[in-house]
Amino acid sequence: MQSILEIAGLTKTYRGGFTALNGVDLTINKGEIFALLGPNGAGKTTLIGAVCGLVEPSAGSITAFGKDMKHHWRSLRARIGLVPQELTTDMFETVWRTVNYSRGLFGLAPDKGKVEAILRSLSLWDKRDNQVRALSGGMKRRVMIAKALAHEPELLFLDEPTAGVDVELRRDMWENIARLRDGGTTIILTTHYIEEAEEMADRIGIIQSGRIRMVDETQRIMRQLGRIEADFALVDPLPALPPELAQPGLSLSADGATIHFRDAEGAGGSGGEGKAHVAAIAQKLAGLGYVYRSIDMRESSLEDIFVHLLGEPQS
Amino acid sequence: MIAFNPRSTWTIYRNEVQRALRTAGQSILAPVLTTSLYFVVFGSAIGSHMDRSVVGMNYAAFIVPGLLMLTLLSESTQNASFGIYMPRFTGAIYELLSAPVGVAETLLGFVGAAATKSLVLAAIILTVSRFFVDYSIAHPVYVLLFIILISASFSLFGFIIGVWADSFDKLGAIPMLFLMPLTFLGGTFYSVDNLAEPWRSVAMANPVVYLVNGLRWCFYGTSDFPIGLSLGIACGFVALCVLVIARIFATGWRIRT
Repeated sequence: MQSILEIAGLTKTYRGGFTALNGVDLTINKGEIFALLGPNGAGKTTLIGAVCGLVEPSAGSITAFGKDMKHHWRSLRARIGLVPQELTTDMFETVWRTVNYSRGLFGLAPDKGKVEAILRSLSLWDKRDNQVRALSGGMKRRVMIAKALAHEPELLFLDEPTAGVDVELRRDMWENIARLRDGGTTIILTTHYIEEAEEMADRIGIIQSGRIRMVDETQRIMRQLGRIEADFALVDPLPALPPELAQPGLSLSADGATIHFRDAEGAGGSGGEGKAHVAAIAQKLAGLGYVYRSIDMRESSLEDIFVHLLGEPQS
Repeated sequence: MIAFNPRSTWTIYRNEVQRALRTAGQSILAPVLTTSLYFVVFGSAIGSHMDRSVVGMNYAAFIVPGLLMLTLLSESTQNASFGIYMPRFTGAIYELLSAPVGVAETLLGFVGAAATKSLVLAAIILTVSRFFVDYSIAHPVYVLLFIILISASFSLFGFIIGVWADSFDKLGAIPMLFLMPLTFLGGTFYSVDNLAEPWRSVAMANPVVYLVNGLRWCFYGTSDFPIGLSLGIACGFVALCVLVIARIFATGWRIRT
């Protein structure tokens, strides 16, 4: 896989002494959607800012499209787009003007057709003569995306692209982002919605306290760190877990009415062994004559994995 | 590698000019009205009772260069400082910082637009003042050169203030508390020669004195100081501001975190 962005040993210590990034190493592949997850203050926005020129790194290197950012910032910035977290633009400008301004700022000649295509793809064409301030929050966010796309970037950063938008609009935004990826744009997004990363990202990176904790393919994370859990609701409560059922992962609830199964880490995902374990336990219960009313089985979500990972002490 | 991006520069410039046009009432009409009131009060009401020997000419005509300077200084400074401060305040500066533009494009765009507005304003004020005063221009080319130089230098100065300020209070403090007094005490309404010592020596330390007198020489061919000194001070101020701004961009002071 061809890399489009390579970050090595990136460190940012602010004047007050706070270290927002602490030796970050990260490689982004061409054409992928990469989700950067982390709690507030983990360093997500600082990392994006360092690549996009908003933050002066204290140490480390950034290589984009095979060139060093420090020396080739002009040509590289022309190929990178940024949608910031906040809705920060001149609210008194019209949608049409502000998007054209962004295109011109990045040194491109006016192209009404291209700008029209961008606005149409984001359902903003009908709003082109409206002042940005007159738009809804979701529409304003689309304007920010349109501005970032105006210079046709090959690498696009989306910092919390769906923060504060309703569920329907969020789905809509996901479709837009997927379309961009299909069009060849590499996308790096930060999000608080783990569901969003799970749904869209090819790979996920988890950052905490300025360090990258893990980077892997979304599906592999789910397979390796996910787990299966199941609750067998018994018809007749048991005083204790029968000795025949004494195996790792099985436990009885305090009221004796539920046998709980929690498989080992890495047994989750559609191809994991966890579901087979649940089936085996169900057969064993039936064979021993324990009648159950229902089985409630669930796979751990990326959110569970995320919370679990962040709860672990950092190595 | 592109060293300079003219399209980016033009985009910033045009955007800033459009912003000024959007607020024409505040940015053009207000200073024209204020300057006209100065002519009415100082030129007609008070000046008509003053002896020509006080300043060596008709008093209303005498104050034309000073009032023009007063407007140019405050408007150039305010327009440029506001132009860069607002994107910093709203966060919209992210776009400028992430774009392939450097110090040259940014300066030419923001400062050029602020200076352009000042030039338009100067032209309007000179036209309007003809309704109140019968002034003459001895050196029209020098007037134009001087106005361009003053507009550019104080637009640069305004840009520095816009980068330095971290609140609207600070943004307005330098023009109101520093520039305005220096201009009023810089010979706008009187000749420095009229001052007694030690105030004359104190006034000589005020750089605006040389600028006002320089512009007055361009209008009437007479001044308290040689025109070369005034031009030198104006050029020196431009150079100083450019150096400071280059340093700001090199270090990212108050722009990049």
